[in-house]
Amino acid sequence: MTDRTDDNKLNTIDLVNKNLAKRFRAEKRFQAYGIASICFGLFCLVFLFTDIISKGTRGFFYHYMPMEINLDADTLGITDTSDTDQILAANYTAVVKKAVYEEFQASGRKQKKDARKLIAIDATGYKIQGLMKTNAESLINTTITIDVLVDDKVDFYLKRIGNYGEPGKEYFNEQQLAWIEQLMDKESGGLEKKLNVAFFTSGDSAQSEEAGILSAFMGSLYLLLVTFCLSFPIGIAAAVYLEEYAPKNKWTDLIEININNLAAVPSIIFGLLGLAIFLSFFGFPRSTPLVGGLVLTLMTLPTIIISSRAAIKAVPPSIREAAYGIGASKMQVTIHHVIPLAMPGMLTGTIIGLAQALGESAPLLMIGMAAFIPDVPGGITDPATVLPMQIFQWFRNADAGFSEKASAAIMILIMFLIMMNALAVWARKRLERRW
Amino acid sequence: MNDDVLDVADVRAMNEVVQQPVVAKNKITDISEITETVGIPFADNAKMSMRNVDVFYGEKQAIFDVNLDIGVNEVIAMIGPSGCGKSTFLRCLNRMNDTIDICKVTGELNLEGQNIYDPKLDVVPLRARVGMVFQKPNPFPKSIYDNVAYGPRIHGLATRRADMDEIVETSLRRAGLWEEVKDRLHQPGTGLSGGQQQRLCIARTIAVSPEVILMDEPCSALDPIATARIEELIDELSENFTIAIVTHSMQQAARVSHRTAYFHLGKLVEVNETEKVFTNPDHDLTESYITGRFG
Repeated sequence: MTDRTDDNKLNTIDLVNKNLAKRFRAEKRFQAYGIASICFGLFCLVFLFTDIISKGTRGFFYHYMPMEINLDADTLGITDTSDTDQILAANYTAVVKKAVYEEFQASGRKQKKDARKLIAIDATGYKIQGLMKTNAESLINTTITIDVLVDDKVDFYLKRIGNYGEPGKEYFNEQQLAWIEQLMDKESGGLEKKLNVAFFTSGDSAQSEEAGILSAFMGSLYLLLVTFCLSFPIGIAAAVYLEEYAPKNKWTDLIEININNLAAVPSIIFGLLGLAIFLSFFGFPRSTPLVGGLVLTLMTLPTIIISSRAAIKAVPPSIREAAYGIGASKMQVTIHHVIPLAMPGMLTGTIIGLAQALGESAPLLMIGMAAFIPDVPGGITDPATVLPMQIFQWFRNADAGFSEKASAAIMILIMFLIMMNALAVWARKRLERRW
Repeated sequence: MNDDVLDVADVRAMNEVVQQPVVAKNKITDISEITETVGIPFADNAKMSMRNVDVFYGEKQAIFDVNLDIGVNEVIAMIGPSGCGKSTFLRCLNRMNDTIDICKVTGELNLEGQNIYDPKLDVVPLRARVGMVFQKPNPFPKSIYDNVAYGPRIHGLATRRADMDEIVETSLRRAGLWEEVKDRLHQPGTGLSGGQQQRLCIARTIAVSPEVILMDEPCSALDPIATARIEELIDELSENFTIAIVTHSMQQAARVSHRTAYFHLGKLVEVNETEKVFTNPDHDLTESYITGRFG
């Protein structure tokens, strides 16, 4: 009985204290959830970046070796150095092959065949052709020393020597492995690992040693240009009209609901729309940044409109009143006050939309931008592919050397994104500095 | 009668004398009984004249049948408890209520004989003639110079740079701000203190040379010193402008205005000379309000 009365004597502060420990534990737990999710995110990010960077950096480099090549007019089949057709059609692979046989002192059909597989014959041939195009006169019948690319399989193997199991070794027979060893042991004039300039200056190729990122990069650039030029003004005009001018009735409600819903439509649907409207109905050229840009404009517009409307809504009504109060017309209020104040928010929305567009591949599949495009597009109406599609194609390619190219391309894509975001942050800061 | 002891009857009698007027004043008139404004709502030389003004927010009626004249170069103060419709009425005078979709104004509102709610009338020149200063200082996020120059610029009042400079300087001088800001005209207007910002807003309003200035509680966000400065300014401005000011401070109304209009629940109860309103109002409601019985 006395115990009961003691229990009852527990006053408020004791009860509070009793609960306090429980509350603190809950607080700690709550924080721990947050920290755990951040750690998980960071771990994934670090894992992703180490993986991509370790693989991707390989893609930026390539093994070259200097080689003496005798540009013998007879072997080349050139009789007249002023004849451009002859220069273009000359048998460059023959001189390269000859040089390769000499380099490895290969004799006999079997050995010659093995030796040919170590050097990128075609790529070297193109390189010499390029040199000959400009000054055939002085080069003919001389011996030049140029850096030749090793074969992609050799490069693949060389990059992995020392790794567990030495992947790539199975591509070669005894003789070839001996030659590779011999090249590696050479003090001077041997193998050299250099930055693969061709990766940045050429388009896609079926040979991994010649495949470059430029065509996809330019394709992405043109695509974004078209998307930005269309979606930014259209999005802002739509947002301004809906927010400032449109009467509030069931039609504008309907439009608003539709815009919000469009933002959630799977992107491949937009691709189908583009296929049906722009390609089939209007007959625009297939695989071009123009059509891709139109499709991505449709896709990014809801994002831009929604964020622009939010930015316009956030402009303080007192500023509008002030301008109306001294007799500004609606357009003057909008252009002089509302849009400048809402611009940072509008830009943020646009950049988010464009970043989304840059990484998009599904809608572009439908309009034929997944094609093999070796040529660098020269404008928005040339066939092109884009970085995400290029990455996908390279990863899909089983040939040696393509997967590391894909990783390198991912790095380029991420760099592109970071640059875009940096630009957005800079632009926003600049605009916001106007008080 | 003994001097020391008060008779109960005497006390009762005195009490009756003391209590009677109090009881009378406490008997607040039912608002539906107010049919006509007492005092002198009309003026001979009216700058603006409003007749039978009703204002609706959707279904709800905010202003009931208001009749009022505002004389030339007069300062008229509008007082009343919160939600009595004085700000709503003020905003009708330059059609600022147009920006509210559900707001509907009926009746006749004239500026020098011209109906300002005429559908053919353009609000842009109207607002150039009837300027407005708001409750919260709301300078544009631009420089002091651009704040003042904005009005003249959009109305095309000055084509040459020198003319514009002159307008800016005159306006700032009239608003009593010139000496304080003349060295930093190109710094942001939002960097000024609250009182300076409000004077900047007044300068911005008078830069377009309006005929009437509407002030919606211009001092409610300011400290007493800044308030005193603005009140002085209103006094000076009344030489050239017609001013209608809404205020919550009865002292302010008493200090700055010539006439005072008392609004109650959307009706205009009394309009009289300011002195009369604050010393001997005609209407019970007005007296109850100014003596602090409510509001």
